[in-house]
Amino acid sequence: MDFTLNEDQQMLQDTMARLVRGEYDFQTRLEVEETELGFSEAFWNQLGELGLCAVPFPEEMGGFNGSGVDVQSVMTEMGRGLCLEPYRQTVILGGGLIAQAGSESQKNDWLGRIATGELKVAVGLQEPQSHYNLDDVETRAEGSDEGYVINGRKGVLIGGHAADLILVSARTSGDARDREGLSLFAIDPEAEGVERRVYRTMDGAKGCDLFLNNVRVDSDALIGTEGTAGEVIQYQAGRAVAALCAEAIGAMEESVNLTLEYLKTRKQFGVPIGRFQVLQHRMVDMNSELEQARSMAILAANVADDEASVERNRTLSAAKNVIGRSGQFIAEQAIQLHGGIGMTWEYSLSHYAKRLIMINHQLGDDDFHLERYVSLLEAG
Amino acid sequence: MNMNYTADELAFRDEVRSFLEEKLPADIAAKVKSGRRLNRDDHERWQQILSKQGWYATHWPKEYGGVEWSAVQKHIWDEESNRYGAPRVVPFGVSMVAPVIIKFGTGEQRQYYLPRILSGEDWWCQGYSEPGAGSDLASVKTRAVRDGDHYIVNGQKTWTTLGQHANKIFCLVRTNTEVKAQEGISFLLMDMDAPGVTVRPIITLDGEHEVNEVFFDDVKVPVENLVGEEDKGWTYAKYLLTYERTGLAGIGNSKAALEHLKGIASRQRKNGRPLLEDPTFAARVAQIEIDLQAASISNLRIIASVEGGGVPGAESSMLKVRGTEIRQSISDLARRALGPYAQPFPEEELQDGYEGDYLADPHGAAVSPQYFNLRKLSIFGGSNEIQKNIVSKMILGL
Repeated sequence: MDFTLNEDQQMLQDTMARLVRGEYDFQTRLEVEETELGFSEAFWNQLGELGLCAVPFPEEMGGFNGSGVDVQSVMTEMGRGLCLEPYRQTVILGGGLIAQAGSESQKNDWLGRIATGELKVAVGLQEPQSHYNLDDVETRAEGSDEGYVINGRKGVLIGGHAADLILVSARTSGDARDREGLSLFAIDPEAEGVERRVYRTMDGAKGCDLFLNNVRVDSDALIGTEGTAGEVIQYQAGRAVAALCAEAIGAMEESVNLTLEYLKTRKQFGVPIGRFQVLQHRMVDMNSELEQARSMAILAANVADDEASVERNRTLSAAKNVIGRSGQFIAEQAIQLHGGIGMTWEYSLSHYAKRLIMINHQLGDDDFHLERYVSLLEAG
Repeated sequence: MNMNYTADELAFRDEVRSFLEEKLPADIAAKVKSGRRLNRDDHERWQQILSKQGWYATHWPKEYGGVEWSAVQKHIWDEESNRYGAPRVVPFGVSMVAPVIIKFGTGEQRQYYLPRILSGEDWWCQGYSEPGAGSDLASVKTRAVRDGDHYIVNGQKTWTTLGQHANKIFCLVRTNTEVKAQEGISFLLMDMDAPGVTVRPIITLDGEHEVNEVFFDDVKVPVENLVGEEDKGWTYAKYLLTYERTGLAGIGNSKAALEHLKGIASRQRKNGRPLLEDPTFAARVAQIEIDLQAASISNLRIIASVEGGGVPGAESSMLKVRGTEIRQSISDLARRALGPYAQPFPEEELQDGYEGDYLADPHGAAVSPQYFNLRKLSIFGGSNEIQKNIVSKMILGL
């Protein structure tokens, strides 16, 4: 067993870390957040030019054939920089769905352009009633002569406001919350009947809800076989969960470092506050939570690309459960140990805290993944 | 022992309810219930209504225009006013500086300041914390130097809540650097519009402007604005803090917030059913409800044990810790109830007169900002760690 990165993996991590450090300091991030686009086009282009958007794709698609561990390196650094670019949506989830289920021509059309950063993708798997259950799909796609007519609403598409292509799940058969009968479609955001309600998010990103009113798509907009997208979605959501875990580690490491530094320098009652035992123990707890989370993020990265299995899914739920809880603990305690200054907009810590809390709201919180873990135990 | 209200107390509760039904402006209650930020006018309107009713200064002696409610009456008011969506009374004037002026001020100070607080003419803010003096409040550095019949004040205060609206500030200032930290502090009343006072907003993580920095640059303050004796301000400061802590348990507010949470959870869905019927979520809600019930009775017990309508001492620290933990847990659950929709911040839904569709829930937009905003509860008014030190020392003798 070996927990160290190999030479290529180390190089990738160094590249990404250097890029974020150099191009995405906290002031830049605050400015990027304020822009209309909500992320940096320039930084996104750099990710593309440096080949970072190509990491997980097969070589024949212009990719690097990277593993979950490679994705982990990229995502951890994005978490450290609080980067707002739609990498997870486009490269991991969008690209993953197309790579797994897409036809040859769909892959040829889209994956190459995703790998260069040319194409930005958003993915709509949730709905207002679904909570975190990705099988709970009320959006319907009815077959027609030339293709399908889609009606429904998809919720909280991060990056959906600026996407060139939007992937959505829709029900082509089956009952409410059946995994069977789900299909995946590619939607042109500019198509007739597509409306977006755009908003900013608590953690500084931008996204939208997607309203589909009699949206007509050709049959080649269907990705994969009709009615079989449920398992594909589960699998790719699992990869995205691993990516989120990695991103959370970057944000947690920064939160822990900032807090530790603060305990050593902030003086009250004539001594650094790190001299007070109650704060020492709290800091130790934060550090332990980080270690627990790091272990599970590593585990998640290592199983993310395994063949679909109950065990893989259970491991990914375990990881997301740990990250959700430790992320909240670290976010809340980092603010508490800083006091008022930890609550200010102009200090980076509060933004890490917001990102960590919101990661718990992406693809399932700790409660959801605990329940899923239990149900998968029963299934196993 | 009898845990029921007496006939008089029940009559009082009815009186409070009819007052709230008749006099609490519907637009203000709607704002409070949906977690929208109140503006200056909202606060002032409510203050005027309370003042007219004679219910603004609930704990002042009657001779100064107070009501002298009993502990139970205050508890009834806390519960009912929160239930109806009445705003929290901005405490800095009526509940913080006023008790200090009443107990330690001169006759002239009482005659001048108290009526102006009752009428709403003065809006007070608090000049306690400094960049280097948070939990260690006695280390204040803002300097006041006597110069004839004035003090010249230089320094900086921070976390000044709603200071942008205030025309008065009460400050802890250092008047003596030769003695122990606690012994060289004085309690000074100052005008916010005096030359040399500058207010700078601090934007918090939820994007709100609620707190400020206040800078003093050679500000001239007449010596008659000193409260009590020079260098004895620490005693007055601590007296004020016990008043501050008593209100911070926020039991009535937590009860209202719990009902609010249940409303959201009954409208949100999970697996085709209301989230409130989901076993996992229902158990989380129930656990908080139980803890809140216990805290509510503790609150009542401790307040009732104080004779003569005064304020409890170190016990209020215990209530502050428990009360704020519970309030934060409720805001955590409200955020969880929204699921993926905790992420969007559709700010337009918080504007006055918004008539569009709600993205997730009529009360959804304020939920996540409020969760982050309420992190302050365990920090301000003496952090919960400091409160535990007080309990440990003063109650347990450790």
